[in-house]
Amino acid sequence: MALLEVKDLCAYYGPIQALHGIDFEIEAGGITTILGANGAGKTTTLRSICGLIRRTGTLTFDGRPIDRKQTEEIVRLGVGHVPEGRGTFVTLSVEENLRLGAYTRRDRGSVGEDFERVYGYFPVLAERREQQAGTLSGGEQQMLAIARALMLRPRLLVLDEPSFGLAPMIVESIFNIMREINESENVSMLLVEQNASLALELADHAYLLETGQVVTSGPAETLRKDEVIRRSYLGY
Amino acid sequence: MELFVQQVLAGLAVGGIYASLALALVMIYQATELVNFAQGEMAMFSTYIAWQLVQSGIPFWAAFFLTIIISFAGGILIERLIIRPARNAPVLAIVIIFIGLLVILNSLAGWIWTYTNQIFPSPFPDRPYLGVNIQELGAIGVTLVVLLLVFAFFRYTTLGLAMRAAAQNPTSSRLVGIRVGWMLALGWGLAAAIGAVAGIMVAPKLQLDPNIMGSVLLYAFAGALVGGISSPGGAVLGGFAVGVIENLVGTYVPVVGSQLKLAVALVLIIGVLTVRPAGIFGRSVVHRV
Repeated sequence: MALLEVKDLCAYYGPIQALHGIDFEIEAGGITTILGANGAGKTTTLRSICGLIRRTGTLTFDGRPIDRKQTEEIVRLGVGHVPEGRGTFVTLSVEENLRLGAYTRRDRGSVGEDFERVYGYFPVLAERREQQAGTLSGGEQQMLAIARALMLRPRLLVLDEPSFGLAPMIVESIFNIMREINESENVSMLLVEQNASLALELADHAYLLETGQVVTSGPAETLRKDEVIRRSYLGY
Repeated sequence: MELFVQQVLAGLAVGGIYASLALALVMIYQATELVNFAQGEMAMFSTYIAWQLVQSGIPFWAAFFLTIIISFAGGILIERLIIRPARNAPVLAIVIIFIGLLVILNSLAGWIWTYTNQIFPSPFPDRPYLGVNIQELGAIGVTLVVLLLVFAFFRYTTLGLAMRAAAQNPTSSRLVGIRVGWMLALGWGLAAAIGAVAGIMVAPKLQLDPNIMGSVLLYAFAGALVGGISSPGGAVLGGFAVGVIENLVGTYVPVVGSQLKLAVALVLIIGVLTVRPAGIFGRSVVHRV
């Protein structure tokens, strides 16, 4: 059974409809990516899953309907969202940012272990744990955003453009860590990326959005070989 | 010299009250970027509740803590019933709500308790100790304890951390599961409780009437601005500074005396807004356009 099932998802910014009936599924343990040009509705899709904007449709997470739930409730079900622009709490320290990631958890004892676990993935954060998060570099803030979401012990990690504005070497190391996390923790991921070739390399399933609608979908392998996608999104 | 020390201490005593109220203003400001003009009247109303409790025979400290709890609940209620429905309203509408709240609380207090001055009891004896009035020392002590408690709450508890997070980045806060709306309500409750302490501490000195907090709020506002309305620590220091400056200027500048003291606060407000609007410790937010 799919971990997240989305049927006929429509989303609205005020009176303007941004998504026009999207269907997709995320397999448990898999990495799914949503591709598309600017304004196609990628970020909107992620935001509507987490209830940050007004949406209609049927959303089922782990067998439970979430389309009427508030963001705060959806987080409690185990959806960790790494938002566009990283969403760092800039005036708080690195450690406080991570503490907030575990805000909803009741098992205080194992939260301590999780600090060590995420510092293991991102050792640079351990070095900077007392530092104000706003003083971190862009790459470090992206790592912090992922680490913060991991503190929730999520079942699904929603990632909005983790490569945005970062140097290629840093992007590569972050993507390697994401793969490692996916493999060792069995966390499913929903990834939105501008960098389509990178996303298709990491993901096992992909959806292509155009103006708020799914136009193509399939295994990442197949989409990578697709003539149209290759020309419009991979650029070769 | 002795006069100087006395005036500084008296300034700190009243400054602590400004500092508390300034902190209450900053707490609301940080979450909403608006100055709650009704903060003073909320404190006045709380003080009347304390007075009423003491009048009905409840011991002072019991009344003190009871009033804090009632004020905390009242602050939450005001946020839930009056402020929250207007959360998407334009700034001016919310300012009007604050002013409306001010007028309503003021009139309600006058209606219930009349506009006659009431003697408010102080838990501390009104006599000097080593040349310093014990009432003033007590007021300084109580405000310091309150400020330390508030500091510890925000610094060391998860709830305090969540409140800071909610004020700083509401969207990210929701994404980690913080109920941002409730954090705002909690902020109102805390601000009301802190204001209640300020009111109870200032009332024995000024005598209680519905307009007691008008000028106090002005000084607190000056304190918050001097220290920086975006910085809780700065606002507290600013409050103390305004208390001391007010007293020293009133004592040593004959023209000012006790009649023109309030003008000192106004001069400070205008001065800060002209020279450094963000205050001494505040950060000015630069937006990219």
